[in-house]
Amino acid sequence: MIFWELFSGFFKIGLFTIGGGYAMLALIQEELVRRSWMTPQEFVDVVGIAEMTPGPVAINSATFVGFRVAGIPGALLTSLAVVLPSLLCGIAVTRAWDKYKEARPVQMMFAGLRPVVAGLIAAAALTIATATFRYVEGLSGMIWTALIAGGAFYAVAFRKLDPILVIAAGALLGLILFR
Amino acid sequence: MTQKKASLWKLFSTFFRIGAFTFGGGLAMLPLIERQVVETQGWVDRDEMLDIVALSQSIPGAIAVNCSVFIGLRLRGLPGAIAAMLGTMTPSVLVILIIAHFFTQFQSSTVLLRAFSGIKAAVIGLLAAAAFKVGRKAVVNRYGLVAAVCAFVLSAFKLLPAVWIIILGAVGGILYFSRRQGGEAQ
Repeated sequence: MIFWELFSGFFKIGLFTIGGGYAMLALIQEELVRRSWMTPQEFVDVVGIAEMTPGPVAINSATFVGFRVAGIPGALLTSLAVVLPSLLCGIAVTRAWDKYKEARPVQMMFAGLRPVVAGLIAAAALTIATATFRYVEGLSGMIWTALIAGGAFYAVAFRKLDPILVIAAGALLGLILFR
Repeated sequence: MTQKKASLWKLFSTFFRIGAFTFGGGLAMLPLIERQVVETQGWVDRDEMLDIVALSQSIPGAIAVNCSVFIGLRLRGLPGAIAAMLGTMTPSVLVILIIAHFFTQFQSSTVLLRAFSGIKAAVIGLLAAAAFKVGRKAVVNRYGLVAAVCAFVLSAFKLLPAVWIIILGAVGGILYFSRRQGGEAQ
């Protein structure tokens, strides 16, 4: 039964990937190729598309594969299957959190975690920056990329501009400046 | 508890907007979520937001989805979680369904590629700004500085998966703060 296979395959992908979309990709690829739903080359294309479209990479790939294999019903099924573990774990963790969040060790734990989150976000910025600069063509492209990134930083960190506006401005500048 | 009441529709539409403008995966959406959820709607405060981000990276699934589940649950229980989660997912499902129809044209569209180069550049700045804002608030003592730098190095050079870095941070926090509070008590 193809629908059950799609559901269980993407439920498993959702369940066994911790730490966000890019950590999911290796598992998704392995699962897809093993079930011969997609060739490795097709998978690279899907990742490219997932990166260019809004939304979490995991959902992008789930929708795409579901649609390829079983049309729109398949797409809806895989998209829901991949997020179902998030919902279930979220409920379990929130229950525990509400119960213990006033406890001293839990407060210490979160106080210890906050700077770690800052470091992780900074690392994500660096990772995206190196990936982006690697594919920029020519000196002018590099300078424009650096200027857009710097402008976006200034706008959000010091001018409190809405990040949605900043992304839209980035798209527009990209259209005008890059070739 | 000074949380504002949120309607299910408001949760759905807020996360729909966040989902529609999240490019580049997981943490790139943090500035958007913070803007909407902390600043515009006032649903959670900034410290809680950081806790939610840490939890979102520690449970299975996409960070954006986990974040919306946690916030939806806090505000309106299970219906809220489902509304927020569907809001986050809907833009990406719709866009992919459209693209799946025009797969090959999309791949060779230079207009989209150029726009996307600009978006990626902006996302670098957004993430740097998020790290700056979070860091300014979270790095308040020696432990904070060491933890932030260690997390950055471990993650940037792919030495450990994020979930292990978070577990280490949790253990480090408990060790540091319990020792410090023990010292103050004497």
